[in-house]
Amino acid sequence: MTERSRDLTFRIGTGAVALVVVLIVFAIGVELTRQSLPSIQKFGFSFWRTEIWDPVAGEFGALPFIWGTLYSSVLALLISTPIALGIAVFISELCPAVLRQPLVFLTELLAAIPSIVYGLWGIFVLVPAVRAIETSMPDSLRQLPLFTGPPLGLGMLSAALILSVMVIPFTSSVSREVLRSVPIAQREGAYALGATRFEAIRAALYYARTGIIGAIMLGFGRALGETMAVTMVIGNNPRISTSLFAPQYTMAAVIANEFTEAADQLYLAALVETGLVLFVITLMVNSLSRLLIWSMTRSLAPLQEAAAAPAGGAAA
Amino acid sequence: MAAPVPTPTMTPTAFVPAGAAAKIDVRQMHFYYGPRRVLDNVTLQIRPHEVTALIGPSGCGKSTFLRSINRMNDIVPGARVEGSICIDGQDIYAPSVDPVDLRRRVGMVFQKSNPFPKSIFENVAYGLRINRLARSREELGGRVESSLKSAALWDEVKDRLHTSALALSGGQQQRLCIARALAVEPDILLMDEPASALDPIATQRIEELVYQLKARYTIVIVTHNMQQAARVSDVTAFFWLGKLIECDRTNKIFTAPSQKLTEDYVTGRFG
Repeated sequence: MTERSRDLTFRIGTGAVALVVVLIVFAIGVELTRQSLPSIQKFGFSFWRTEIWDPVAGEFGALPFIWGTLYSSVLALLISTPIALGIAVFISELCPAVLRQPLVFLTELLAAIPSIVYGLWGIFVLVPAVRAIETSMPDSLRQLPLFTGPPLGLGMLSAALILSVMVIPFTSSVSREVLRSVPIAQREGAYALGATRFEAIRAALYYARTGIIGAIMLGFGRALGETMAVTMVIGNNPRISTSLFAPQYTMAAVIANEFTEAADQLYLAALVETGLVLFVITLMVNSLSRLLIWSMTRSLAPLQEAAAAPAGGAAA
Repeated sequence: MAAPVPTPTMTPTAFVPAGAAAKIDVRQMHFYYGPRRVLDNVTLQIRPHEVTALIGPSGCGKSTFLRSINRMNDIVPGARVEGSICIDGQDIYAPSVDPVDLRRRVGMVFQKSNPFPKSIFENVAYGLRINRLARSREELGGRVESSLKSAALWDEVKDRLHTSALALSGGQQQRLCIARALAVEPDILLMDEPASALDPIATQRIEELVYQLKARYTIVIVTHNMQQAARVSDVTAFFWLGKLIECDRTNKIFTAPSQKLTEDYVTGRFG
């Protein structure tokens, strides 16, 4: 074989593998749509907007699950992001060299724990603890829409907490890598202008901001699809509520719980369509974060074409 | 190698150690990275409003020496200094000296331009903001403008101050980094091979700038390029294997050095 044709074979081979990934995503989308056709035909777009989930009456709407998934994931993000960033900054910037490897190992160990184990820990440790917090909350606060309802322990707060523990290792290890890739020249540039350590770290965080947003979004993606642990602690009640104490339901949880019970075709199709909705939302979140990262890099990366035209004209 | 070209501005006076008049006074300084000694017994006086060039082969310690003047080596683990470095008579390694304050008074420009991924304006304003040196928006704007003018960049960027600094050319980025350093009004400017990554025209602009800036600042410049040292500096210090071999008026170093090693280096016999 000549050099040239070997090169060509290599290119075609790797290209084909890359294409397979795209095809798989596409095929999943097609198959989900095909399987959920009965439900799509019956409910149309109202599936996305209806609050009723009644398998007996054959009425299906995914809104409570969409709400539950997004609410629990956003809450998890709010809790986990500051902690994960703190861990990343500590490990990459402040921690003594001897502690670094053990800490990295420990945070990554969190990611290795199986989801079902998190669920068990959630039921036996987290839920009673959350219940204790909920019952000890003063009545004046209980009036707020955020804290209404009976203090069951099982509910949105437990789900958000368990999700944030599960998301932390992802966000923190990606942010750590991103921070490590910030050129030393950036920090030195800040130090040379009289920056304190804190200000130099802030400059490094600013330099790494798109990567850090990517890390947060990766965590968000994980939280959206997380099934087992959430199912075990969220309470599994398809009712929309802003209360952190209320038992709610997520898309992944309803599929896992009800898939085996779905006797008739419409019920099954509605569950598959819930999966399709989850798939679409995940794709949208990922595309949006890509778009965000892209627009941020673009606004600061060489604006040569845009800037050169007027500036070049003025110089000439 | 071509014969060094003496600049017409050099005064052909004999070199007299600055003594008490020294801006930077380094005495018996040793520098270590962990157990490794990088600088060995360096004693050197740098006078105000002069350009001092540090030359020598790679790894001779000239950059390390430069980076000890603003304590930039403090952030390197295992770095250690012995001896004394005084600026205006104050030992900068004394416990009472805050390196953060020191670095505001001793500006630094790096080998590779390192603008922040912000706008041109924000790059220059950064040091002013973190040191709270501007009391109002007008003052901030005024100081950014005057810094950019001092760095001979204003005319090229005044219409696009709020566009990304990363869109500038390499030479412009380096002048932006100079403007950024000047904005916090240091007395001393350290330059670590500021033109080594630039083309000849951009290099020439930096050299012209160095020449203009020495009226207001004391400048120490590390350079690999001996012609550059000959063109821009008043005093040249030659480092070799961690030792200061010779320091003298630049024209003397390049025409009649007192050490054989210096002569061999500046005539291109090694290095």
